[in-house]
Amino acid sequence: MNSATFSVHRGPMAILARLSRMIMPAIVLFWLAMAFFGHWVAPYDPAGIQDADLFEGMSRKFWLGTDYFGRDMLSRIIAGARYTVGISLMATSLAVTAGVLLGLAASAIGGFFDTAISRFLDALISIPSKMFGLVLVAALGASIPVLVLTLAVIYLPGCYRINRSVAVNVAALDFVAVARARGESTFYIMIREILPNMVGPVLADFGLRFIYVVLLLSSLSFLGLGVQPPEADWGSLVRENMPGLPYGAPAVIMPAIAIASLTIAVNLTIDSAFGRHAREGIR
Amino acid sequence: MEPLIDIRDLRIRARTAEGPEIEIVKGVSFSVRRGEVMGLIGESGSGKTTIALATMGYARYGCRIAGGTIRIGETEVTRLDGKGLQQLRGRKVAYIAQSAAASFNPSRPIMAQVIESALIHGLMDEPAAREKAIGLFRAMAIPHPETIGNRYPHQVSGGQLQRLMAAMALITDPDVVIFDEPTTALDVTTQIEVLKAFKEAIRDRNTTGIYVTHDLAVIAQIADSITVLRHGEVQEIATTPALLASPAHEYSRKLLAAAEPALRASPVTGETSAPLLRVSGMSAGYGLIGKDGMPAVLVLRDIELTIGRGHALGVIGESGCGKSTLARVIAGLTPASRGTVTLDGVDLAPGIAGRSREQLREIQLVFQMADTALNPKVPIDEIIGRPLTFFFGMKGAERERRVRELLDLTHLPASVRDRLPGDLSGGQKQRVNFARALAAQPKLLLCDEVTSALDTVVAAAILDLMVELRRELGLTTMFISHDLKTIRAICDDIMVLYSGRVVETMPAAALETGHHHPYAGLLLGSVPALRTDWLETTPAASLQVQGVPPALSSGGCAFFPRCPRAEPGLCDTAVPPLRPVPGGIEAACFRLDAA
Repeated sequence: MNSATFSVHRGPMAILARLSRMIMPAIVLFWLAMAFFGHWVAPYDPAGIQDADLFEGMSRKFWLGTDYFGRDMLSRIIAGARYTVGISLMATSLAVTAGVLLGLAASAIGGFFDTAISRFLDALISIPSKMFGLVLVAALGASIPVLVLTLAVIYLPGCYRINRSVAVNVAALDFVAVARARGESTFYIMIREILPNMVGPVLADFGLRFIYVVLLLSSLSFLGLGVQPPEADWGSLVRENMPGLPYGAPAVIMPAIAIASLTIAVNLTIDSAFGRHAREGIR
Repeated sequence: MEPLIDIRDLRIRARTAEGPEIEIVKGVSFSVRRGEVMGLIGESGSGKTTIALATMGYARYGCRIAGGTIRIGETEVTRLDGKGLQQLRGRKVAYIAQSAAASFNPSRPIMAQVIESALIHGLMDEPAAREKAIGLFRAMAIPHPETIGNRYPHQVSGGQLQRLMAAMALITDPDVVIFDEPTTALDVTTQIEVLKAFKEAIRDRNTTGIYVTHDLAVIAQIADSITVLRHGEVQEIATTPALLASPAHEYSRKLLAAAEPALRASPVTGETSAPLLRVSGMSAGYGLIGKDGMPAVLVLRDIELTIGRGHALGVIGESGCGKSTLARVIAGLTPASRGTVTLDGVDLAPGIAGRSREQLREIQLVFQMADTALNPKVPIDEIIGRPLTFFFGMKGAERERRVRELLDLTHLPASVRDRLPGDLSGGQKQRVNFARALAAQPKLLLCDEVTSALDTVVAAAILDLMVELRRELGLTTMFISHDLKTIRAICDDIMVLYSGRVVETMPAAALETGHHHPYAGLLLGSVPALRTDWLETTPAASLQVQGVPPALSSGGCAFFPRCPRAEPGLCDTAVPPLRPVPGGIEAACFRLDAA
């Protein structure tokens, strides 16, 4: 990190920016760690009803209070991270992989293939995403594979659009023409010539797409169509603890804070990682 | 007499991405007297534009003026604050950029932009400014001076736009005008018109100027004295005639030598062998294919050409004439709509898909911009090694040995193998570009403007390399360029393209002699010579050619609207065929007498 050499920005804003450059990735890593190893560090069994009141406040015993059954909220949120982060990660990977491959193919093959696939995905993009998600989940039942696939299908068209436009620009460069004139296969041109030159935009898109998926998954769960009880992701946690709202129970706000912290942290991490990268120029 | 511009010990520093600041202009001093033009010449990275911009108190992003003084008249530019600079720029110092097309706002009429600075500085009211602008348009010999201001930037040609930008700079009667490579992006036939207009305007107004360029022949026409720069340091300051006649510094001598490329001896001996490449009746273009099997936009029409084995054919023409498309058609990247391409007696399929791997190997392309021709994410040994694996199945040590040989052949150090293209200089990249093409052991090498993006001294080395490769490998080459001097230096035959048609073919030796097609004649006369009086004496300058080449029409000679010898009723009714004229030349012109 040579950020210090860019000394144009000084003062409190710069300190804030530098601080967020270090803190934000840490938050992302923290939630990733919780998703994968959370069950080892959770203080209580997330499903176990503790010897406590409902909607208890924060205490030394229950750091984030208890929920509507008297279960430990911290353990519930840590367990929920597995669903929120895990499902979103799988869905985003699926959407981005498919989007990249289709975008590459469209740019490398072009012509009718490009037109057909672009128009089809444009049609898909025109359906409001939450409605589409609600209909799919309602029709197919809310299981985790259905959720992953639904989210992936919803975000594939946008992902395809971005990757295609990046790939088309790379495909117009002379080194691709040289490879074509050599008689290289379309697959070689896609993977070896074009793909390495779009890594930056693809990763940035992955991060942003991940945020959208987290938010949509949380909304679906909040509406009762996402992760089903007894399991709960952060969206479901907000929903099931809604009755605690009049009591000012931390059980309502804490899962919401978790969602906000994850999405904001991912967003800012990407900003600082790829913003600078892009400025230095992907020539 | 006190000089108007006085720059003393100017130092400009730039931040780097990795570490400390580096000095990119290292203590430059020069002065310019009122009414004189100082030329700044040097290769890219020599700091010439940076110095010119500093004269306006401006340093590009990441740069700062670290020391020295810049005095213009009574004003010390380095001490001005934001407000002072605002009053300086556009009022006392005006700037003419390289790309007028990029400098005009495409969404506003030209007139509004030309008079803007006069209005901002409150020098005159709008009607007076318009009046003055029209006067300037007239002085710049811009056609339709009364009405051209109502047009939008995309509605006028590049050469006109450049002159309009000069009018914009002169509207405030500035003390100093900075010309930053104003003709570099133009075709030679357009450049000559713009140069003429500039020179007259400078003389009439007694303008003081700084003229930045990399082209010695251009600067010789405009500047009274020249500062030769290299790596941010002054190498030599001399009056223009003195520099041209007897350059004192060794680097100036190098620049001078590179500006007039020496004729390289052709390895081809007299006898004519069977042609390697023959293109006949070929038409090609882009866009949807119509009912008649022809594309919507026809770029090339009825092209006939042959290249003898081991020969080098130079293809020349202005931008948009179809010369790059010609290379793409031969390589199969743009399939021809009609006609045949024959290599070594075998007819080639129009597209890549129809050609065998062996046929693809035999024709290799080298592109103009090495920056975009090499994949920035692939190391050099893979770039050069891929054709070896692809065509010959080479692997491991065998491939590595061959890559080393190819690097050696193109005079590159073996250490570049594991570097990425971004780590190499422009000349090195172009050599890698060649090495990759040669790896396929082609019979025919198509070179598209391979030296155009390089500094003259580096380009000269690339030309030497090409001649060496032809001698050692017996390569047949097609060399596409817009630069007649380059083509003359290394080609055996020359073909002139205009608006998608062949208008003339000739042996290179016939270039200086013989009767030429009017367009070829104009092209020849438009190439600046290293003389200060060239602009006044060249016959091409007095040819009042105006307008842009029209879209490819089938009605008559494409050059008819611009041609000084055109005869209405003859030239605009039929397309002239290529026929022999004196001097071993074949030209497509009705007005030339047959041999």
